[in-house]
Amino acid sequence: MATSNLTALDELAPAFRVAPSPHLANTRFTTQWMMLDVLIGLSPVLAVSLLVFGWLVVVQVGLCVLSCLGAEAIFSKMRGRPFPWYDGSAVVTGVLLALSLPAIAPPYVGVIGSIIAIGLGKAVFGGLGYNLFNPAMVGRAFVMLSFAAQMGAPAYVVSPDSMYAEYTPAILTQATPLNVAKEYASNLAKGKADSQSVPEAVKDAAAIEPLFLGTINGSLGETSAVALLIGGLYLCLRRTASWQIPMSILATTFLLAQACHWAGLTPFDGIRHLLGGSLMLGAFFIATDPVSSPLAAKGKTIFGIGIGVLVVLIRVFSGYSEGLMFAVLLMNATVPLINRWTIPTPRGGPVPSSKP
Amino acid sequence: MSTTFAAIRPLTFHSGIHPREEKYLAEHAAIEVLPTPPEVRIPLLQHLGAPCVMTVKPKAVVSIGDVVGQAEGFVSAPVHASIDGTVARPSVTTLPNGRHVDVVPIKAADQQSFEGMALYEDVLGGDWPTEGFERLDPDEIADAARDGGLVGLGGAAFPSHVKLRRNDQKPIDSLIVNGCECEPYLTADDRVMLEAPGAVITGALLAQRAIGAEQLVVGVEDNKPDAIEALLGAAAGTGMMIRVLKTKYPQGGEKQLIDAILQRRVPTGGLPLDVGVVVLNVGTCAALARAVLRGKPLTHRVITVSGAGVRNPKNLLVPIGASYQSLIDYCGGLTPDVARVIAGGPMMGFTISDLKVPVTKGSSGVVVLTHGDVRKSDETACVRCGRCIDVCPLNLVPTRIALAARAGLPDIAERYYASACMECGCCAYECPASIPLVQLIRLSKVMLQNKKNKA
Repeated sequence: MATSNLTALDELAPAFRVAPSPHLANTRFTTQWMMLDVLIGLSPVLAVSLLVFGWLVVVQVGLCVLSCLGAEAIFSKMRGRPFPWYDGSAVVTGVLLALSLPAIAPPYVGVIGSIIAIGLGKAVFGGLGYNLFNPAMVGRAFVMLSFAAQMGAPAYVVSPDSMYAEYTPAILTQATPLNVAKEYASNLAKGKADSQSVPEAVKDAAAIEPLFLGTINGSLGETSAVALLIGGLYLCLRRTASWQIPMSILATTFLLAQACHWAGLTPFDGIRHLLGGSLMLGAFFIATDPVSSPLAAKGKTIFGIGIGVLVVLIRVFSGYSEGLMFAVLLMNATVPLINRWTIPTPRGGPVPSSKP
Repeated sequence: MSTTFAAIRPLTFHSGIHPREEKYLAEHAAIEVLPTPPEVRIPLLQHLGAPCVMTVKPKAVVSIGDVVGQAEGFVSAPVHASIDGTVARPSVTTLPNGRHVDVVPIKAADQQSFEGMALYEDVLGGDWPTEGFERLDPDEIADAARDGGLVGLGGAAFPSHVKLRRNDQKPIDSLIVNGCECEPYLTADDRVMLEAPGAVITGALLAQRAIGAEQLVVGVEDNKPDAIEALLGAAAGTGMMIRVLKTKYPQGGEKQLIDAILQRRVPTGGLPLDVGVVVLNVGTCAALARAVLRGKPLTHRVITVSGAGVRNPKNLLVPIGASYQSLIDYCGGLTPDVARVIAGGPMMGFTISDLKVPVTKGSSGVVVLTHGDVRKSDETACVRCGRCIDVCPLNLVPTRIALAARAGLPDIAERYYASACMECGCCAYECPASIPLVQLIRLSKVMLQNKKNKA
């Protein structure tokens, strides 16, 4: 932290500095603190992830964080700017990207994702504060579309017969709950399954307790709803994240998913759609990225509702079992428009156009 | 703390900030009378409105309370000699707000008619009646305020008689007395309420009589329990209400105070008058009581000298026109690590570079900050966290206005209602990226004005 520079002249005779008011500043709250807050909020998530996935988390997070920092250093050098490692944003991007990857994603996926996240997600726009899209999601979208086999539904599962099964947590042999639900729904649609007799696998996947605690398969940071709630609540209380965004995402997703469930479009009801997949991680930690979300409260609510609607549409009607990433990226693109539409009215009403 | 007010939840307004109060430095320092300085320099413009015209000649002998500058126009207030002495050759000074104004210097006579305790007793002490005001003609009260050169002592220095004059087009139903003193460090109003609650209450009742307001409310922040208790004691049986307000900056802003107490919104670009309210500072009320009942003009005011950069923080009763240097000298001088000397509070006050500048009627404090106090991180890019919007009491979007100003686009700034800004500085205080938001908003207002002038 740079301070006002005392010159040698000041030491001899104190000079009065002239500056416009205000003369005080809140030094307890800085951009670095916001980034640190996100990491603190993510710590329960990392803890549960460590319990569920073991050493795989350490490798994936370490890889992504180091790659993000490396990419930041390279791109800063290319742009002729100082390397802003101290702002913490590259670390946050790395952790979030790692937490959105499958446990057994090959190392190059994390590395390439990190480089794209920092380069295409942030540096090309002019660095922190100027990016239109959430960098971590840009990176993830790139690797997901480029390496479908390493990132799609099968990539989450280790076959019990494979040579890796012995070294990885047993949880990895199960399919992710949302993939189970998706498969069942498509089987139903094709007439391969019967809606009267629900298979055991679907019933298992729909069990609330594992979904809540996080003892399920999935991306590294998305499994435990309880850890995400604790961390998310911390962020909202610290006001590092705006509560309007997670609130509106969760409410919209719940209502819409419940409606789709009643319409027979998805085997999961509203509450399971909330707990399953990366919805909680996205609602509390990804969509709340201040840079790529709207400024004012009203805009934030609209943004959250949009994400909720898109998540359910993608989960229920598309070939993907999860839609959070695309929902966030699509809504990121609408943020400038939302900001323009939701300029708050001053307390006391709009300014009179001309004084009488 | 008395239960009379502790039981009620403190009122407040939307948004705002909680800067470190730092009132402990001076809040227990009883008001001291500044010994008469060898010279006072009385500016001919100390208020919002037209400057005064000098009415005395050099070498003229004046005594305390004599008019030295007559008001020109309705929105103006005369200025008076604040000591006994001889008028010197008029000169010019630059006030902390940057305006160049003519000053009338007065060299102090050896013998002063009012000094020390006698002066204190005359300004704040003695008995203050609370009844019998219905016999007074409302216009006489406003006249006394005008002739006494009364202006708002909270800082804005708006001529008081303009507010106190009855106006049939804009009837006033409520008078609010502002005892918030929400600026950090400042304790002058706190001390006046504590030491002279009678003067404040009497002045408030006189003002109520002048404007014919049905209700009279005194608003005080809950960090001044002693002042609240003193006021409750003095106001017993008068029918006025003492309301406790949450300690929050800018609670003492007129619009925020009206919102908190009466839940009325002053329209953007409007005045409290538009919602039937007049707001007067507690110091102004005390000065009004003195002007009406004792026939004494505004020649002295209470001012806080505080901050880590001054050796002995104090509250002083000083003659208008005394130099900031004389105040600081009386308080033991400056420490070596001084960074900024501020006229007013640290949130909205102006830095001064020359301590010879005189105290004006609107000077509520001198705050001396050290390098440690003004420590600030380097500016970084806006991450659009929206904190500035959250804390803005007027619900503006400071970051957008500021960035538009920086890009030289006043029209875009105006789309975000730049001209509605009251420049309280909450946004710049809070910004995690240390962007000078309110400073840039001021710039955008100037750019818009320049553009209008050109057109």
